[in-house]
Amino acid sequence: MTAVERREIALVDLLDRLLAGGVVVTGDITLRIADVDLVRIDLNALISSVNEQVPSPWGELT
Amino acid sequence: MTGLRYVYAVCRPFRSALQAQLSGVAGAPPKQLTHHGLIAVVSTVPEADFAEEPLRAHLEDLDWLTATARAHQTVIDALTAVTTPLPLRLATVFRDDSGVRTMMEAREEDFRRVLDRLEGRVEWGVKVYAETEPTEAGKPTEPAKPTGLTEPAEAGRPEPKAVSGRDYLRRRRMQTRAREDVWHRAAAFAGRLHEKLSSFAEDSRLHAPQNSALSRAPGQNVLNAAYLVPRADSEEFVELVDRAKDDAPGIRVELTGPWAAYSFTGEFAQEEPEVGS
Repeated sequence: MTAVERREIALVDLLDRLLAGGVVVTGDITLRIADVDLVRIDLNALISSVNEQVPSPWGELT
Repeated sequence: MTGLRYVYAVCRPFRSALQAQLSGVAGAPPKQLTHHGLIAVVSTVPEADFAEEPLRAHLEDLDWLTATARAHQTVIDALTAVTTPLPLRLATVFRDDSGVRTMMEAREEDFRRVLDRLEGRVEWGVKVYAETEPTEAGKPTEPAKPTGLTEPAEAGRPEPKAVSGRDYLRRRRMQTRAREDVWHRAAAFAGRLHEKLSSFAEDSRLHAPQNSALSRAPGQNVLNAAYLVPRADSEEFVELVDRAKDDAPGIRVELTGPWAAYSFTGEFAQEEPEVGS
């Protein structure tokens, strides 16, 4: 396969797929943690935690 | 310490060995669990970190999440090199091997159907950004303060320091308009590109545009899409994207991949989330 830039994959690209994609299997046996709702909450927490650390470059939009 | 089973993916048996030094989430090497001719790729993770409670807490820890996501992806990547894996959602954990087997037994038909569908396909990610920095080089980013009356500057000439309130407002408007213009052009460009790419690809999915604070990528993300493409057609797909990059001033196109088909597991029967993302 042709080489696309082999730099490190951006975390957001990864999370788009790992937290919003992939097969969700639930059932009594699983610990029921691959829950979409939970993931949403965590992503929001994640975004706000990043916002606290990094001032938004688009101040007027926030 | 008790170990739980972390499941990365389900796939069909493959011939090539995985890299010997491959280590998964929490450092343990992934192993294959065969059930009725399907393979679950699993590794042992400590209960202290992956039981429901600690996992919930960990998922809010950006460093932990990053390390776990990267380790998960490393295993999926290694699998993608030797087979077509059906990736599972991050942090899918079972009590033990028999829990994994029971799940595979229950979902066997679904796994087979989706594995057939995805066989030999990969996912490519394409993002389009409107570059929002000032388009005219050399122009000051912030408008000078209105301090007095002067003649309006000629277009293209460096502005004098003192400008009238009217000029100030006009310049602000022009900057806003320039930014909106780039955004509109980027959105139209993204629409055309998406149309072209999705007619080439077998399937496509739109992810929510990325938050620039989170991605730290410059510009505004107007398209964040995934395309399902046969491995054999990937080179052509990449060229298609590369060509689109060429004549798009103020617009940036980014390609990622090949990924395992994370965004195309939706055909797998599951409780659909009520709200689309």
